[in-house]
Amino acid sequence: MKSVSLLLVLGLSIAAVASSCGGNPAPQNTTPAIDTAAENQRVRDSIAAAQAEAERQAAAERDRLEQQRIADSLAALSRSGDEVRSMLGAMIHFDYDRSNIRSDDMGVLDQKVAIMQANPDLRIRVGGHCDERGSDEYNLALGNRRAQAAKQYLVSHGVDANRIETQSWGEERPLVDGHDESAWSQNRRSEFEVIGGGENLRRP
Amino acid sequence: MTRRHGGTSARWHAGTSARWIVVAGALAVVPTCRLASQDTSAIDRGVRIGIVYRPGVRPGMVMLPRKGIDSLRAIVARDLDYSDRFEIITLPGGDSIRLAASAPTGTTATPRKGAGSGRTQSASGSRTGGGGAQAIGSLNYPLYQALGADFALDITVAGDTTVATLHDVGAAGVRRAIRAVLPAATDRDFRQAAHRLADQIVQAAVGEPGIGATRVLFVSDGKVWQIDQDGADQKLVSSTNRQAMSPAWASDARHFAYMEFQAGKGWLYLQDMVTGKRTPMSTTGTALDFTPAFSPDGATMAFSRATEEGTDLYTINIKNNCCLRRLTVGRFSDNLSPTFSPDGQRIAFVSTRPGLPQIYVMAADGTDQQLFAPFDYGVTGSSNAPEWSPDGQSVAFHRDVAGTLQVFVLDVRTRTVRQLTSVGRNEDPSWAPDSRHLAFVSDRSGYRQLWIIDLDTGRIRPLLQVSGARLPAWSPRLSEAPSTTP
Repeated sequence: MKSVSLLLVLGLSIAAVASSCGGNPAPQNTTPAIDTAAENQRVRDSIAAAQAEAERQAAAERDRLEQQRIADSLAALSRSGDEVRSMLGAMIHFDYDRSNIRSDDMGVLDQKVAIMQANPDLRIRVGGHCDERGSDEYNLALGNRRAQAAKQYLVSHGVDANRIETQSWGEERPLVDGHDESAWSQNRRSEFEVIGGGENLRRP
Repeated sequence: MTRRHGGTSARWHAGTSARWIVVAGALAVVPTCRLASQDTSAIDRGVRIGIVYRPGVRPGMVMLPRKGIDSLRAIVARDLDYSDRFEIITLPGGDSIRLAASAPTGTTATPRKGAGSGRTQSASGSRTGGGGAQAIGSLNYPLYQALGADFALDITVAGDTTVATLHDVGAAGVRRAIRAVLPAATDRDFRQAAHRLADQIVQAAVGEPGIGATRVLFVSDGKVWQIDQDGADQKLVSSTNRQAMSPAWASDARHFAYMEFQAGKGWLYLQDMVTGKRTPMSTTGTALDFTPAFSPDGATMAFSRATEEGTDLYTINIKNNCCLRRLTVGRFSDNLSPTFSPDGQRIAFVSTRPGLPQIYVMAADGTDQQLFAPFDYGVTGSSNAPEWSPDGQSVAFHRDVAGTLQVFVLDVRTRTVRQLTSVGRNEDPSWAPDSRHLAFVSDRSGYRQLWIIDLDTGRIRPLLQVSGARLPAWSPRLSEAPSTTP
């Protein structure tokens, strides 16, 4: 990550220098015509001065824009880390008393596969959770099934099993308080938590 | 603590019948507190209730008023009531009764104290009259008989000795006089000593001890708590801030086990109720271990372990804290929530092998696994949380009925089930040592809390008035604490 951003900064700086040296001549590069008439000289000088001033302002503006772009791209870089992190943390959900992966959650898991492959040091823990409707103790077994189901999906798509821990919380850690289907459906979930190698996440 | 059988009834004759006239005046008395089966209000939902209560078949019990021992009387009276084995007969107009009955006692408070030895001698027949005569003699048996009483209980205190005299009203004599040296009412062991006395009284009356001296462990807010069966003395027994579940008693009523979430795993701990010392089971900490259960001889702990292969049942040797042994190999099904039969030969448990969790049974070594509680495939809902009754005849569990949970009882011999509850959501039943009461979790009052049901009468009472309690575990009868042994 660090080397990437350094390279990026370097590249952008070179680009900035190159553009300031191109096309329009910079004021210090114009050769004053000393051997012509004073009036012409004065006019030319004033034109040149105006041009130089304009050039200087334009250069300053370009410089400011370049700095802005560098800052923006650095921010974007860290935003992409956040984005990867949020993709990685996206939960998947389950039907009541079920532990099979829903088809609408497969894309969410596919993103995690790609992220795990782009970040070989990354290690995660999958936590399986249940709603309050089932039996308290049975839900520990069901939560375990839900965590294992997510892990199995990732492993079957090429992620090393040793990089994924699992844990069941049963119904002990609801995400949403409430006693209706809206709350229950959000609480029947697997959560994904980074437990190692999550400092500089690369985009897949 | 000693028991003394009531001897010749002749010495109880010196009655002052005058004071019973006053009582008779107050005797527009009807036996009250007739109990009604209280969990039948949802019969209109088409649910068949297994309890049919026939009122009036239990013996009537009347407790005589005595001054100065109100807390003891209150504890014993409540235990007798909560035993659900008696029609408790209350005496209305209590003041006049008390006045009449305790007038001699009240005016001779000091002599009564000093009369302890006198009464002992009186019981041995060497002395009559005085304090002894007024203390436990002379009941107007016909009067109590008219009230519907089969038993009359008279508790007196003399010196450091408490005497509970159980009169057999029909036989017009003393059934038994139980003597006990109770700690002071301010002593922390007083309540349990009073409960033990009540249990002996029940034993004297019906031949089986009561359940006064018992406690219930439960989980609330992720912590393990204990509470006396009468709702007194709630105490925290968890010693960490980690989330705990599934407390279970050892049969010695001194140790209990529970599960605690720790570092992404479920750990099993054994804790000494007296010293508070807790010991992790040696094989725990590598997986999600949960639902511990003690074998009746205390040598083995069975539990559930969730791994990548699913959840299966294991045992470990408690004494040597070793020797992990796997009992089930589920592969595509989960096996959990073990409970031993009281002879230690079998384990009932939950298995998802039929698709949904149902109640199975196997030999304690894991062989001969078979369905235990019958169900209709595709119709019957999930069944969970089995607990084998101390008398071995029943297994209580809960089952999903129309989207909510209800408590059921399996008859082990006939392998038939009956539904006990139908009001609200009811789950996680745990047997009292008398095998006729169950503690369970119910939201019938609007929030989940602990309730107690008597299977014989259907009477239901709340154990707690606070929300959020769950996973109750009812203790065996508590042995006498060393500190209270005289």
